[in-house]
Amino acid sequence: MTQAELTGWGRFRPVATVLHTPRTAPEVATLLQSANPAIARGNGLAYGDSAVSSGYTISTRRMNRMLHFEPEHGLLEVECGVTLADIAAAMLPRGWFPPVLPGSGAVTVGGAIAADVHGKNHVHTGSFRGCVVWMDVMDKNGRVRRCSSTVQPDLFDHTLGGMGLTGVILAACLRLAPVETGWICQEQVTTSNFRHTVAELRAARAAPYAVAWLDGLTTGASFGRGVVMKGHHARYDDLPATLGSRTPRDAPSTRLRFDWPKWVLNTTSMRAFNALYFYRASKRTAPQLVDWRSFFFPLDAIDLWPRAYGSRGLLQFQCVLPHDTAEPGLEHILRATQEARCPPFLAVLKELGMQESAFSFPMPGLTLALDFPASPAALKVLDRLDAIVIENGGRVYLAKDARLKAGILRQSDPRADTFAAYRSEQGLDAHFQSAQSKRVQI
Amino acid sequence: MTASGVLILGANSDIARAVAHVYGAAGYPLMLAGRAPERFAPDMSDLHLRYGVPVTVHGFDVLETDSHAAFVANLPVLPDIVICAVGLLGIQAQAETDADHMSLVLRSNLEGPASALSQFAAAFEDRGSGVLVGISSVAGERGRASNYTYGAAKAGFTAFLSGLRNRLAGKGVHVVTVLPGYVATRMTEGMALPALLTAQPEDVARAIRLAVDTQRNIVHVRPIWAVIMGVIRLIPEPLFKRMKL
Repeated sequence: MTQAELTGWGRFRPVATVLHTPRTAPEVATLLQSANPAIARGNGLAYGDSAVSSGYTISTRRMNRMLHFEPEHGLLEVECGVTLADIAAAMLPRGWFPPVLPGSGAVTVGGAIAADVHGKNHVHTGSFRGCVVWMDVMDKNGRVRRCSSTVQPDLFDHTLGGMGLTGVILAACLRLAPVETGWICQEQVTTSNFRHTVAELRAARAAPYAVAWLDGLTTGASFGRGVVMKGHHARYDDLPATLGSRTPRDAPSTRLRFDWPKWVLNTTSMRAFNALYFYRASKRTAPQLVDWRSFFFPLDAIDLWPRAYGSRGLLQFQCVLPHDTAEPGLEHILRATQEARCPPFLAVLKELGMQESAFSFPMPGLTLALDFPASPAALKVLDRLDAIVIENGGRVYLAKDARLKAGILRQSDPRADTFAAYRSEQGLDAHFQSAQSKRVQI
Repeated sequence: MTASGVLILGANSDIARAVAHVYGAAGYPLMLAGRAPERFAPDMSDLHLRYGVPVTVHGFDVLETDSHAAFVANLPVLPDIVICAVGLLGIQAQAETDADHMSLVLRSNLEGPASALSQFAAAFEDRGSGVLVGISSVAGERGRASNYTYGAAKAGFTAFLSGLRNRLAGKGVHVVTVLPGYVATRMTEGMALPALLTAQPEDVARAIRLAVDTQRNIVHVRPIWAVIMGVIRLIPEPLFKRMKL
């Protein structure tokens, strides 16, 4: 037990909490008897306050063992604190790979289930849900229930995307995907404006993986220019002899050891950075082989990168708009940030496909994720963006959220009410709470 | 990469687990030893799945010193490196009045580890090779009111390791003394530890591997602790006895 001030990945608004780090399931069971209300926390990659509670926070980072692997069908049983990058690294030599990867490999399996994360291939593979064969969820009495899409399907449905509010996810069995190598054949095109970016991203749908980086700072004719990247797993025969190995060697990652002064990242320096990034991408349009870490987790190369935003922290906003309103709606969102003189320092656009489950984020359409240095002005802009999302029939992603208001969540997503009703019906609402669940009242 | 293995005594601790990961990742076969070894089954699969190295578990009780000779003799192979991560902080206030508790702290941190390492020392000396790593503590550098029973045991263990190193020098056997300072483990959970002075178990594990590879004798995981303890040792006793540390 430790008194701690915890934040999410964006390092915005610390919450005072009592932090426990159990090593085993029986320890979690004992904890839950007295630690109330509580929320489980993986590696703290949710940007806002999803995985911190003003009561008790249960860190699962020491419950991170890989328990069993069945090589015939690629079934891997893991404890909840195992990270997705560790799974990829351990399983690539055996020819298997996680079928769904979010933007950071440090995300734990528990976190990936709780947020029902998606990757650059949602259109084809769906969310993380698709690879979860079963999972063990501990209730407030310390009882473990194993659920799947057919056994206790209600618990399964509400736990995927349930933000840890249905109990403590202890372990899961994942169905991995067979791959020949850990290298990705990547192709990228630069686009000249927002419409062009959207068109290229949609055209990239046939590729297994597709994602677009947007320059959120350019105005005028080049408003919304970007780089659309698509990729697929390289086959063994695609590898040049010089590369040698099926599994790329890990590059050492660096870490930001302190907060940068606030003035380092500003619109001018970011404009220069974006221009350089865009220019370099425009020179590199030929297909190239990149290792899986660089392709899926470019930001992981610098551990604790949010420190670059300084002590103020950063706010991320991610929404999805349905296809019929996505293009004008997202353009509206990007322009609104610029008009408020609060443009995003990072903007990422992806396409999402069909999605089942009770409370998961994805819906068919386009999703835009924007990073802002935290400030009162940014908070005001985000309220404005909420309104545009609602006008366009979209919703926001709780895993990225640190400031959404309860009423707004309900306007954008009627499932919030049914999710909250499920929680109170099951007697979960008093025991499992995060700072976020209290704020948005689910 | 090497074919011979690393044996970890007290394999259930956070530091021991981190050490297993560091050596597993480097390709060493692993031998995990501790009480109730069936507890290690999840760690065994984890280490094997992650690193593809052979992992075996062995029942070992540091307090049963009579069994240590047989424990070493019955191992399927004699490891190349033995890392003793056994330790018990205990409760100082209890040790002051409860003789059993004081004895438990002294035996867990000094008598037991010294006995086990002696057996390995003999076997390594016969073979003419091997590395013994003892995780001691900066608490043994000077006795303080807050934990002097633990400190006394660790002071003894540090002296034991120093003597063992002296004895085995020139016989192909190297002895490493590790002084971790504060480490964020189960042992210290709930204590308010200053972040700058506190290492993670993974830091300790990396420091151990580096010390073994470079044949260091005494290592501080965070060098600042060498400075702090150097200063603490210099404080004159008349002053020191009145300080609250």
